[in-house]
Amino acid sequence: MNFIVCIKQVPGTTEVKINPRTNTLIREGVESIVNPFDTYAIEEGLRLKERMGGKVTVISMGPPQAESALREALSMGCDEAVLVTDPAFAGSDTLATSYTLACGIGKIGEFDLVICGKQAIDGDTAQVGPGIAEKLEIPAVTYVKKIEEINEGLVRVERMMEEGYEVIEMGLPALITVVKEINEPRLPSLKGMMRARKAKIQIWNASDIACEKTRIGQPGSPTIVNRIFTPPPRKGGEMLLGDPEEQAQKLVEKLRQAKVI
Amino acid sequence: MGIEIIEDKCSGCSLCVKYCPFGLIKIVSREEVGRPHPKYKKIAVIGQGCNLCGACLEPCSFQAILIEREEAKPLADISQYKGVWVFAEQKKGEIQGVVYELIGEGRKLADQLGEKLSCVLLGEGMDEKAKELIAYGADRVYQIEGSILREFQDDPYTDVLTDLIEKEKPEIVLMGATAIGRSFASRVAARLGTGLTADCTELAIDLEKRQLLQTRPAFGGNIMATITTPHSRPQMATVRHKVFKKAIRQGNHQGDVVKESVEGKHLSLRTKLLNMVEDITQTVKLADADIIVSGGRGLGGPENFHIIEALARTLGGAVGASRAAVDAGWMPYSHQVGQTGRTVCPKIYIACGISGAIQHLVGMQSSEIIVAINKDPNAPIFKVATYGIEGDLFQVVPALTKTLKEVLG
Repeated sequence: MNFIVCIKQVPGTTEVKINPRTNTLIREGVESIVNPFDTYAIEEGLRLKERMGGKVTVISMGPPQAESALREALSMGCDEAVLVTDPAFAGSDTLATSYTLACGIGKIGEFDLVICGKQAIDGDTAQVGPGIAEKLEIPAVTYVKKIEEINEGLVRVERMMEEGYEVIEMGLPALITVVKEINEPRLPSLKGMMRARKAKIQIWNASDIACEKTRIGQPGSPTIVNRIFTPPPRKGGEMLLGDPEEQAQKLVEKLRQAKVI
Repeated sequence: MGIEIIEDKCSGCSLCVKYCPFGLIKIVSREEVGRPHPKYKKIAVIGQGCNLCGACLEPCSFQAILIEREEAKPLADISQYKGVWVFAEQKKGEIQGVVYELIGEGRKLADQLGEKLSCVLLGEGMDEKAKELIAYGADRVYQIEGSILREFQDDPYTDVLTDLIEKEKPEIVLMGATAIGRSFASRVAARLGTGLTADCTELAIDLEKRQLLQTRPAFGGNIMATITTPHSRPQMATVRHKVFKKAIRQGNHQGDVVKESVEGKHLSLRTKLLNMVEDITQTVKLADADIIVSGGRGLGGPENFHIIEALARTLGGAVGASRAAVDAGWMPYSHQVGQTGRTVCPKIYIACGISGAIQHLVGMQSSEIIVAINKDPNAPIFKVATYGIEGDLFQVVPALTKTLKEVLG
């Protein structure tokens, strides 16, 4: 079976700190990482391949430096990697990104299942996965926490919801987005890293993937960012002193004054 | 189209560098890049990957950054789109809480625009609920009935809603940023080719341009972005729970119900919902909870979570957990609050024995009141806490439960 995993390179947020004075992000020395949710997608692709046989192709849209994210996926064991990159993609919103990735997946060829992380940790939209499915005209299930069964024509998954989970079955080809609970991603092996270093990454631009120029980048993006600002910092907290009983009483008093209990 | 550093103006001061959310701006020597200047020795350069977000414009004191956006041709028929719609998500025939919040906010937007507020209700046997939506302030309810619509499924729901939007042409469509809403809205927007903004926490109208100003957190809430959909309609947004006030039920509000049936119509259905399994460990849903009591590493083990549960029960709240507690296997993943878990914004969030790593903070820092109970006075959680209690949670939490029981009866 052919599995395609979509990944995004994002700033490594573990190192994101907020400057308490200006309340802005301190980004100096922040390295780029594979979006954490996408590592679960990679792992699931690899597990499915180990179970079913076949191939895992990883694809990313981004600037040339996103190549390092793809190499990381290769070092975990993905078979092939594709980077869709073109200055014409600048300013893409989720719709243009979904379209572009769908075009890239179209060029990869036949596939059974596309796997995405539930969302990227920089944009937090969770819109690109279902958007790709719509553009590819295939069914999709989001927030998958377990693949119960998969065979040549069908997949049965558990989808995490607010009050529990749903068991859903759908025909292939299809797309899923996965949550953290689905697996524990492996670390790259030494052999994998050696192989990834030498591996050739396919680099495709806008004309390679035969996309319509009006549907990519900023012209293909119906939404625009008007303004970016940092939220006002939370007001400094008040420490409640005393022994535990006194602290508890003070807190209850405060909560009652605020009319929240 | 694109972003440009105006050579004459840039002093290479590096102010913009730290404002770029993507870390793409570098300061280089002008000599090296062959752009000499009589006064300035350095210049900013912007690496590939810029999405023209504009965060760098404001901090630049020299007006040396220029962003040009290609003005898309305004679509001729944009003015045909009128009115505000709310998708009335139902589960097992019950309207979800966030819908009433959307009606409250949608009512304001519709009034500002001088247009109608409508709800779209898909399901089976929903007559009574349609009337309820009107009582809460909808001017019209599109009630689409059919056995295939009884539970949410992407395909038939997408078919029905896109058809209805194409026919009736609303200018704004709002949905709850629920598990269903976030995937469903994306499908619909992609099929219509219109703009969608995820997980908004603030909505406003620019009356002059007749545009919806959609504000949402990004980077885990560390920055806010205001997004518009200038040239396509409808303007679609998913909206976070608990951000807007619920509409108030007014028995005398008048409205009409446009009822249609899809029985016999061809709708696609490529997924099959086999079963719904309720999470028995969640007596109160995290997403809906007004009060959340969360436990972290400080609890020391799963056997101690009962004190968190007792406090939550006394307050009628939900139980949350930090990633550390979930990874250690003390609580199921469905309770995890934070970047890789759920984002919550209750009225009261009580963090017990949670140090407050940034990944946890981004999942709860928009809560109205944050209470932190921790024995380490330097724990970062105290920096975001409205009320901080330095102390042993094994003493403070039971004392709090006891006091609350006395006060609340």
